[in-house]
Amino acid sequence: MVRSLLIRGMLVGLLAGVLAFAFAYAFGEPQVQHAIDFEDLMAAKAGAAHEHALISRGTQRTVGLLIGTVAMGVALGGMFALVFAYAYGRVGSFGVRATSALLALAAYVTITLVPFTKYPASPPSVGNADTIDRRTLLFFAMIAITVLAAIAAGRVRREYAERLGPWNAAIAAGAVFVLVVAAAQLILPAVHETPAGFPADVLYRFRLASLGISATLWLTIGLAFGATAERLVAAQPGRARARRAGAAA
Amino acid sequence: MSEAVAERNAGVVEGPIASPRELMPYAIFAGVVLMMLVYFVGAEEGALSLIGGSSVHELVHDARHLLGFPCH
Repeated sequence: MVRSLLIRGMLVGLLAGVLAFAFAYAFGEPQVQHAIDFEDLMAAKAGAAHEHALISRGTQRTVGLLIGTVAMGVALGGMFALVFAYAYGRVGSFGVRATSALLALAAYVTITLVPFTKYPASPPSVGNADTIDRRTLLFFAMIAITVLAAIAAGRVRREYAERLGPWNAAIAAGAVFVLVVAAAQLILPAVHETPAGFPADVLYRFRLASLGISATLWLTIGLAFGATAERLVAAQPGRARARRAGAAA
Repeated sequence: MSEAVAERNAGVVEGPIASPRELMPYAIFAGVVLMMLVYFVGAEEGALSLIGGSSVHELVHDARHLLGFPCH
């Protein structure tokens, strides 16, 4: 069962990666090019020698982008399938497709959207090469904190659902999530590395495109995985027996 | 009619589908392999470098930026 779910998750992730590539190519690449043009302009002004690329821009924006989004899709799809295999039947009493869709929504919010409010995606030339170690660490730390805060909030909701009622338990859970994330965002250092003169419109559109690419990935994974897993779960031997027994009764 | 009802009932959650014991080997093995994949797209030849040079970095350069990973 886990094996079949994992394979399906990775295949669904492959599809998600291809769709994310299409979105990224259409909406993200023009902004990446604007940012690189700005970088070249600044370098030329500073009198620096033109940096020769190992891999041409033409390859980077097509094959390279596709490899990147597909690899990411397969990885996220596979890990999503494993989390689904654990969560289904344990977290709430949602059906297969609802569990898949809600899990993907939670993944988008906790892995992309909320960490993005602290450390947003940045185009080329925004970001100092000397601080890459620190920024990478902070980026993954913010994601880890947000995911753990969401898991803690989920526990609070289930723990207090009976005592406080579903609404109040959900509000308490939301409060726990917001408090943990807000505290982390206040404590973690800010990153201000946008060079002077960088076009604000390009930055805005680049970041919007980045959110759209991740949304494409998670939307595809959440909906397509739900569709393919539903048949698999329904066809499980133990469940088929239960179904027949139900039909006979 | 009863067939249709049975089909709908199949969607009802009947508890977990995988025991932790069943999940563990997949979570460890596939988890590590898939995390490596994320690492190569997101951070190789950036904060860390396993292969050296900058060909992986350059190949997935645009995806790295657009997927939100820190770069440069």
